[in-house]
Amino acid sequence: MISGADIMVKCLVNEGISVVFGYPGAAICPFFDSLYDSDIRTVLVRQEQNAAHAASGYARASSKVGVCVATSGPGATNLITGIATAYMDSIPIVAITGQVRSDLIGRDVFQEADITGACEPFIKHSYLVKDTNDLARIFKEAFHIATTGRPGPVLIDVPIDIQQNKISGFEYPEDVDIIGYKPSVKGHPIQIKRALELIAESKRPVICSGGGVLSSGSKPVFAEFADKTGIPVVSTMMGIGVMPSDNKQYLGMLGTFGTVRANRALLETDLLILCGARVGDRAVAAPHQVAERAKVIHIDIDPAEIGKNIQTTVPIVGDMKNVITVMRDKINYHVSDEWKNEFMSWKEPEIKPIEGFVEPRTFISRLSEMLRRKAILVADVGQNQIWCANNFKISDGRFLTTGGMGTMGYSLPAALGAKLARPERDVFVVCGDGSFQMSMSELAVAVQSDINVKIIIMQNGRLGMVREIQDKLYGSRYAATILGNVPDFAKLADAYGIKAYVATTNEEAENAVAEMLESDKPNVLICQASPETPSR
Amino acid sequence: MKYTLSVLVENQAGVLSKVSGLFSRRGFNIDSLAVGITEDSSISRMTIVVDGDEYVVEQLEKQLNKVIPVIKVRTYAQGEFISRELSLIKVNCPAKQRLDIMKIAELMGAKIVDVAVNTLTLQFADTHEQFETLLDLLKPYGIREIVRTGTVAIEKGSKTTV
Repeated sequence: MISGADIMVKCLVNEGISVVFGYPGAAICPFFDSLYDSDIRTVLVRQEQNAAHAASGYARASSKVGVCVATSGPGATNLITGIATAYMDSIPIVAITGQVRSDLIGRDVFQEADITGACEPFIKHSYLVKDTNDLARIFKEAFHIATTGRPGPVLIDVPIDIQQNKISGFEYPEDVDIIGYKPSVKGHPIQIKRALELIAESKRPVICSGGGVLSSGSKPVFAEFADKTGIPVVSTMMGIGVMPSDNKQYLGMLGTFGTVRANRALLETDLLILCGARVGDRAVAAPHQVAERAKVIHIDIDPAEIGKNIQTTVPIVGDMKNVITVMRDKINYHVSDEWKNEFMSWKEPEIKPIEGFVEPRTFISRLSEMLRRKAILVADVGQNQIWCANNFKISDGRFLTTGGMGTMGYSLPAALGAKLARPERDVFVVCGDGSFQMSMSELAVAVQSDINVKIIIMQNGRLGMVREIQDKLYGSRYAATILGNVPDFAKLADAYGIKAYVATTNEEAENAVAEMLESDKPNVLICQASPETPSR
Repeated sequence: MKYTLSVLVENQAGVLSKVSGLFSRRGFNIDSLAVGITEDSSISRMTIVVDGDEYVVEQLEKQLNKVIPVIKVRTYAQGEFISRELSLIKVNCPAKQRLDIMKIAELMGAKIVDVAVNTLTLQFADTHEQFETLLDLLKPYGIREIVRTGTVAIEKGSKTTV
């Protein structure tokens, strides 16, 4: 006989899961008890939302599924923001929640919440398990759904009696057969042919790469396609890292906070090739204007993204890797010298440093040179995110941030997950003093679980990005955006036993980074940034 | 414009809330939704009538297809399907008006399913338009209560939507 909880652990083992992020509670105790005997490492976070973010960071750094666990009621509802974040960013995570006893569901008993119902609008799929015999099939399906098609979060809600019940045996299914879920992976040959024809006719083509290029693992093929054609590449925030930052063809991030060159490319192009990008409003503020000027090829695994935000001349539904491989093989096109010379002549405005402070943008640029190849930088949300997006020079590394949901507090827990997935790489967090305070409780996890992440706090005593909006649109009335420079982050780090550095100039900041890189323990670097430094 | 969609779904808990949730979340205007099991008891069919333009219907189809237990979505073209809705209408009916109302019922093809001292209850299964006509005819007598189902639809001819 085997209990439901033991089955759940065996399912995770079968899926190759070696670490879960979670927080226990009464309704999920049987599962944690079974985990206790297993080889799966359990990382105890300090708030459930951060378990979901850590799972997201783990998934993005490892290309595997991130798993987070919480108890029923408040544990489950705390997960919600993390689940919604993974949904908007298309990250494969599986969230496991405990639930009250099946026969008590609906009676509003202690710590009961309808979590499958609550997550409905922002989750790829969810299960409420009603029979221990269904567990193995449901886990198999959940991992399949999370990772295939457009990746996303899946929730499995397991009542405590389902975890406790014993059944005669366990067999993990080999295959999945979900009648209503058969994502198309191969692009339609006729559409690909039409796309190639459009490219051949174009004078000023531009490729816009999104997160889909990275999550489909097609970065190398994509680079070959770009190289063969010479077409300039811009990226969305989620697509940063598809091309090395120093590649001459790469024009940076587009959108509200993007580079001059990327946005210029969007204005000048006569053919926009969207690759795994959903044309979010922050990336393309007025998509209909772009569609009026240019033809659009849109390649995406999710048919619902095509035609949703921008009119498309040629839609291609399929896995990016498949589609772009075919296109790379078949294409016989190179951009004209005229277009090449033009887009390569565009320049970014110079950064003007402010005396007496760390200049975040030049420092981030310098930081990327100091890190080892393949380093992972996790940026939070706000000005710090834009500073990193535009100035972190990336080659083989990763830039992780939540571009879709924009959830403050993402960076530290996501970095913990990323470091566990890639212990051999440098993992750096860059956040603001606002976003850091949303998840600073997780410093305890870095220490307790010995996870060597380096945390850089850009302290300007402000919610900088909102303040910028207030400057622009609200007559500089700083309603609720002054943080007041509390707490003393160095003392706080000290309380956790973490060595902290404070820098007021770029030189001090660089020296601190050099020292931090020598240590195999987590560190905190507090950079005093000027409130007057703009996002870009 | 009104569009009629036929949606096959796996007959499992929560499907209805997944589908109806989509409408509020994406801001689709739903006119009616009817659900019932099909010839295969593990599969249900939802017939959905929405108000919108081509963009809305295309998005709705795509979003419905993303719902995992949704098996198939089909938007019927104009004139390619038969649609019916069922209504029960309780109308004021003193004894001396009984014959008049029975005549209207006969004319429209409605069935009288309950008679009381002062009311008659009619059962009517027809198109949305015919229902409006019947309603106009009955209004002068005083309508007490109307209960209607959503529209159900099936393809004309021997083809099936499976």
